[in-house]
Amino acid sequence: MEPILEVRGITKRFGGLVAVDNVDMKVYPGEVVGLLGDNGAGKSTLIKMVSGVYCADAGTIFFDGKEVKIDNPMQALKLGLETIYQDLALAENLDVYSNIFLGREKLKRFLGLVKVLDHSYMLTESRKVLNRLEIEVPSLRNRIRTLSGGQRQAVAISRAIYWDAKFLIMDEPTAALGVAEQKNVLSLVRTLSSQGVGIIIISHQILDVFSVATRLVIMRRGKKVAERITADTSPDEVVGLIVGSIPGDVPNGDGSDVKLSPVGASHAG
Amino acid sequence: MMNPKFKNVFIRVLRRWVFIFLGLEILAFSLLGTNFLSLDTLQNILVSSTTVLLLAVGETFVIITGGIDLSVGFMVGFTGVVCAKVMVTLQAAGTTQAMAIAVGIAAALVVGLLPGFINGVLVAHLKVPPFIATFGMYGIAYGCAEIICNNVPIHDLPSAVGPIGHGFLFFWVPGKLFRTFVEPSGLSSIDLKHLVSLVPNLFLITVVFTLIFGFILARTRFGRHTYAIGGSIDAAERAGIDVKRHLVKVYMISSFFASLAGVGYVLRYITGRAPAGSAQVLDAVVAVVIGGASLYGGKGSILGTFVGAMVLATLVLGLANLALPTYYAYIAVGCILIIAVLIDQFSPELVHKED
Repeated sequence: MEPILEVRGITKRFGGLVAVDNVDMKVYPGEVVGLLGDNGAGKSTLIKMVSGVYCADAGTIFFDGKEVKIDNPMQALKLGLETIYQDLALAENLDVYSNIFLGREKLKRFLGLVKVLDHSYMLTESRKVLNRLEIEVPSLRNRIRTLSGGQRQAVAISRAIYWDAKFLIMDEPTAALGVAEQKNVLSLVRTLSSQGVGIIIISHQILDVFSVATRLVIMRRGKKVAERITADTSPDEVVGLIVGSIPGDVPNGDGSDVKLSPVGASHAG
Repeated sequence: MMNPKFKNVFIRVLRRWVFIFLGLEILAFSLLGTNFLSLDTLQNILVSSTTVLLLAVGETFVIITGGIDLSVGFMVGFTGVVCAKVMVTLQAAGTTQAMAIAVGIAAALVVGLLPGFINGVLVAHLKVPPFIATFGMYGIAYGCAEIICNNVPIHDLPSAVGPIGHGFLFFWVPGKLFRTFVEPSGLSSIDLKHLVSLVPNLFLITVVFTLIFGFILARTRFGRHTYAIGGSIDAAERAGIDVKRHLVKVYMISSFFASLAGVGYVLRYITGRAPAGSAQVLDAVVAVVIGGASLYGGKGSILGTFVGAMVLATLVLGLANLALPTYYAYIAVGCILIIAVLIDQFSPELVHKED
């Protein structure tokens, strides 16, 4: 089987800091891959290159067997590559359904002439997708500003899954959720993967990742240091790989192992 | 706790305080002033509001994205001078009046898009703060206008300009005649006394464009994206909106409205002056803000801006009607502005319990 997503030698620099350094990664259809690493390891930067927020300085991305250039978020979305961002990226001044349809608004003809927003369609469709998540949002006409953290997270997830993505990137999807809601999201991840959606999940909750991911990719200071089949490893080993107490499979560029030093570790995720 | 339903009604009313304020304002001036509540005065208010209203409609788009456009002040003078210069030049070259006027107006509207385009590129692509970019353009527009008109106001425009600028949509002598656009001539002095002129041309033009762009802001995808950018530029970008392109368009809308105001100035005052409009730029921002927009972006509406502009125009003419010096208007406008921002900051969010 061909991977749905493959990145080869992808690199991103911010000034002198190499946030992501020559990383390779593959995800097959229906596979859930956990992307793990400490703060500043480069996880979010890596996925932002895939979702079009950042342009890679080097490396190639293959999607569905073809080499693709993803220069902006719309290109990623058009490929069927949806992302749930850690900071959710919602317009707080807009209501729930406007956010779910943001950038891809449903339009209808007004007096047969101009295209205007089709509010009632967007409202009903949004209700359907939110119901799937079983998270209670009183009214979809409420602005995001008035919602709780969990409700906002639900909106961000709904926005990504509404569009029948082929690939889903989830950056800390359960961070703001209560225990029951986290379970819903994790079971949603399983459902989507059984439908053939490839998924990358980033989370600090290692046990969550273990419960859904079949493969784990571990990053440290911009580099991919290890890759494990979930069934063949343990949370202890993975934590060791994350913090560097267990040496990774891939040596550092200079041949030495990673030493703990603050240099380069300051850039957020 | 307040009943939630009642609370939402209260929030809605509070948000629309400016409508109530306008009503109270008109009521107060009608009671205190002399002959304030008359067709003439009300139409005067409409005409005198046009410059500020036009600037404010364009400014509403910019402010909703979280920016500000200060260039519109001198853009009025700049486009006005271009408009007048083209008309005078063509007339001297022997073209018909209609041609000279039409080309003059078209030239002003087309030329007026350029500063907006530059503003947009500076703000969106080159990350210049909107205040700086448009303030720079404010000076540039003024300087260019003075160069074009050689530092003297442009007079001797085609003679049809005045009747257009001071004309009305309807002329009506009750029971006798009803005309559109063309003022009836040769009326007896009695008929002239009964002649009712309705809907000033300048206001008509202003309202047509205000309605079109109000519709765009409220009902279309373009409008929705304008709000989204003001709410969170990152969210808009990641949702696939071409934010840079959108911002350039928004600044072009603003300068287009400034050009309309420039043309309106020429039609109304039958002259092109470089400093025209510079006094109105802050009034336009005030109208937008008291109409419910926030300078932080993400909020505002054309209807609110319209009412805001009416509040200002009514105030100025009302105080004049009371024979009070204009500096009272400054105090009043200052107070209204501060009240508007306070109400905006402390009014609670509307929360629906169900769809």
